[in-house]
Amino acid sequence: MATTIERPPSPEGGAPQPPQRDYTRGRERPVGGFELWMWLFMRISGIMLLVLALGHTLIMHLPAGGVDRVDFGFVAARWGSPFWRTWDWMLLTLALIHGINGLRNITLDYVRKPGVRFAANMVFYVLGFTLFVLGSVIVVTFDPNEWGPVA
Amino acid sequence: MATRLRKKQKDDFGSPYLGHEGQWSWIFHRITGVAVILFLFAHVVDTAVIGWGPEAYDRVTEAYKNPAVHVLELGLVLAVLFHSVNGMKITLIDFFPSLAGHIKVVGRTTALVFAVSAVAVTLIMGKQIIDLL
Repeated sequence: MATTIERPPSPEGGAPQPPQRDYTRGRERPVGGFELWMWLFMRISGIMLLVLALGHTLIMHLPAGGVDRVDFGFVAARWGSPFWRTWDWMLLTLALIHGINGLRNITLDYVRKPGVRFAANMVFYVLGFTLFVLGSVIVVTFDPNEWGPVA
Repeated sequence: MATRLRKKQKDDFGSPYLGHEGQWSWIFHRITGVAVILFLFAHVVDTAVIGWGPEAYDRVTEAYKNPAVHVLELGLVLAVLFHSVNGMKITLIDFFPSLAGHIKVVGRTTALVFAVSAVAVTLIMGKQIIDLL
């Protein structure tokens, strides 16, 4: 968005031109406001997701058996621990916001028509919020004993 | 709309790096990011099915247990790995902009870290897929 990134006006006074980049002096960053907060959020959540998401991926997929181990009993045992419930809920929340904001950034780059851009972003927000509510309810309220004693 | 849109130009698409260091990692960062969030959408739903009991959940997880899906699974792990390693590179450069002056070293180190861990992950998961056949 032209309003969030400093761009010098063209000499003829037309539309702002992309700056001449000096690649050795760092990367563009939003000047302030919401976009700067999201810029910061992406980096902080990225560091947290390095542990939460990469850790989750390696723990679930690399040990012998991989995801073939996963069934009702596996999750029941895993979510018997508040540690893993907290881990999974934080992963759910941060990954959804991080990912939805990534999709928003991509639509800002590639979707030019304001109406289409707005519609696309609304789809992402509604989908993200719905999945956040669904995932949160399940990870907090899941009780394996509802279906009889777990082996 | 009151605002007139600028006509799309050829260079409005693709990487803003125009062949400079970081062009390819920028493109792969986007592709892997989109791939991972699309999987996450499905993964939240498939996990939520556990709220409907063992019979429903075990039917869902059964779908993940076949060799073709395991190949996709390897792709997912590599995508998460690339996005993680490259994301840390971006974060380091943005928090310590002087690193941008050494972009070739930083970029090649990142590529090396990804390559080594990607080979390790592929060997481990690849062996498990082959063992299933």
